[in-house]
Amino acid sequence: MRVDEAKPTERSTRAESSAQTSPASRSGGAGGRSESATVSDSGAGTQASIFDGRTLLYFVVIAILLVLAIICGIAVGSTSVAPGVVVRVLLAHVLPVGWVDMSAIGEPQQAVVWVIRTPRVLVAALAGAALAMAGAQMQGLFKNPLASPDIVGTSSGGALGACVALVSGLALRSLFYLPVFSFIGAFFALFAVYVISTRQGRTPMATLLLTGVALNALIGAATSFLITMSWVRFDVAQEILFWLLGGLDNRGWPHFWLALPGIIAGTIVSLVYTRELDLMLTGEETAQSLGVDVEQVKRVVLTCAALLTGTAVAVSGVVGFVGLIVPHIVRLIIGPSHRRLIPASALTGSVFLIFADLLARTLRSPEEIRLGIITAAFGAPFFLYLLLRHRREVGYL
Amino acid sequence: MILELQDAGVEVDGRWLVRHASLQLRPKHLTVLVGPNGSGKTSLLRLLSGLWRPVEGRARLDGQDLHSIKRRELARRISFTPQDTHLGFAFTVRDVVSMGRHPHLGRFERETDADRRAVDEALARADVAHLAARLVTELSGGERQRVLLARSLATQSDAILLDEPTANLDIAHALDVLNLCRKLADEGKTIALAIHDLNSAARYATEVALISAGRIRAVGAPAEVLSDAGIRDVFGVRAERAQAPNGEVVFFFQRDKNEGYGERSGGSM
Repeated sequence: MRVDEAKPTERSTRAESSAQTSPASRSGGAGGRSESATVSDSGAGTQASIFDGRTLLYFVVIAILLVLAIICGIAVGSTSVAPGVVVRVLLAHVLPVGWVDMSAIGEPQQAVVWVIRTPRVLVAALAGAALAMAGAQMQGLFKNPLASPDIVGTSSGGALGACVALVSGLALRSLFYLPVFSFIGAFFALFAVYVISTRQGRTPMATLLLTGVALNALIGAATSFLITMSWVRFDVAQEILFWLLGGLDNRGWPHFWLALPGIIAGTIVSLVYTRELDLMLTGEETAQSLGVDVEQVKRVVLTCAALLTGTAVAVSGVVGFVGLIVPHIVRLIIGPSHRRLIPASALTGSVFLIFADLLARTLRSPEEIRLGIITAAFGAPFFLYLLLRHRREVGYL
Repeated sequence: MILELQDAGVEVDGRWLVRHASLQLRPKHLTVLVGPNGSGKTSLLRLLSGLWRPVEGRARLDGQDLHSIKRRELARRISFTPQDTHLGFAFTVRDVVSMGRHPHLGRFERETDADRRAVDEALARADVAHLAARLVTELSGGERQRVLLARSLATQSDAILLDEPTANLDIAHALDVLNLCRKLADEGKTIALAIHDLNSAARYATEVALISAGRIRAVGAPAEVLSDAGIRDVFGVRAERAQAPNGEVVFFFQRDKNEGYGERSGGSM
């Protein structure tokens, strides 16, 4: 026993003494090497941290795609409109009167473009951007690339609010009851989850997550209860089911104007709180020691994500997978820095939802497939593909 | 700057993690906290960094209560790197080091040339400039630790607190980190480290604080604090010394089955 113990100590003594001779020369050499390296590296490094070539290219491509998506979304449908006509009608409404000659375009076509399809496409763009930004924020806050905006109950809360509006019959009285109830439901759900999981001003993210799971189940039960109770009134049950599957049928300018303020406000807050989210990703303690008010950031970002999700759900129903998949894909392409991720996700979400809605309208025309079905049917397999291909980056598989 | 705890204590869920702790960190001093697992080293660093507010006693920076200083200003003056260094998201090394500038930037401010220079300098000092464009998820443990040290340096704070910066590092990288800390202290920074290796503590520290069961048992020059009796009481091991060829004292330890851990002797609190 004694002999056995003596051996390792002897070895460690030797290791120590041999190491003692080297540190001075090692650090001296290292210092010299790195100093010269910075001088040449700093230019390229500085550039890389803000907008590298790849990120810039991504923004250019996605901006072009967005323009194409808007034009396609308006041009394609039960009656097709030539892209040139679409552009002229759009310009005619944006530019001062008289700049664009619309005499060659018939009234019905103008109505299809401007009254029916344009607001619908724009609502899709807003909802897609909102869901994608909210998803990016939740993934940042939960430090989990598989988080989504539904996690704290905003989607299910919004759905329950919509159900209440439909079952009570209020939804029939005015166009606005449904979105407003849905919005209130989303916020109420977040508020409940936050209050339940907060103790002494601190909100552990794990508790928040589990509270969200529990409350999602509870709200889901309430929604299901309302559906089964209203089964005798088939029209109401169908309306609820449609709402739960998401869709942009019959969305017009009022919906666009209803969604716009919330989404503008949410976007501004999202863009302001990007650096804090980056820091949160490296751990709450690190963030706090770098001067971030961690609990305040949680409150602001959760509220912002709820505002975005609530607004999106209010005008489009429950559309899954956008908030999960879009930020995830964008992060794989341009990296996790929220300064780039949030705006890129917004644009990508818009493009994704416009095309998803286009498919929903045209695949089985004249009937519409529910939007939530399309996003899940295309989103889920693609997401699985990404997960399996990028196991290492995801880090959870 | 003098960063100090005065008779500070912190209680979490009815358990005192630190009690009656008094400790002064000074410029040009490298203070090493040593103690068994769970003895309260991390809690002490959290108190010193202002992350935790003492339940009793005080934490002061140049005589001013830490918690009366604005969060961002505090972050500019004291930088703390926790032990959990997991970085699951694929930031570039430069992105991570730039985060050290956060307390210097207003909400709507963008990085200036001065910020970028500070980042460049920090990258060079921590010998990670050549990694600037790499992703942190691809780094080895030693590289990652140096990147975190670079982030600390980028803040340009007077005090740098590191929780177990040498855990999981091979001997060469551990020595690199310790050498750099020593050099920073010599240049005038206030440095505090929690580490497990008593030999490193003895070699690099200006002052050693010996901690067990939430109490600071002794503070002072390594030779005084790391006495046979002190080590036996706190760690429950017998320390023997040998002289290295260059004259430095080297410890080696034997587990003494008859000695319990220090927690027992600290049970009185």
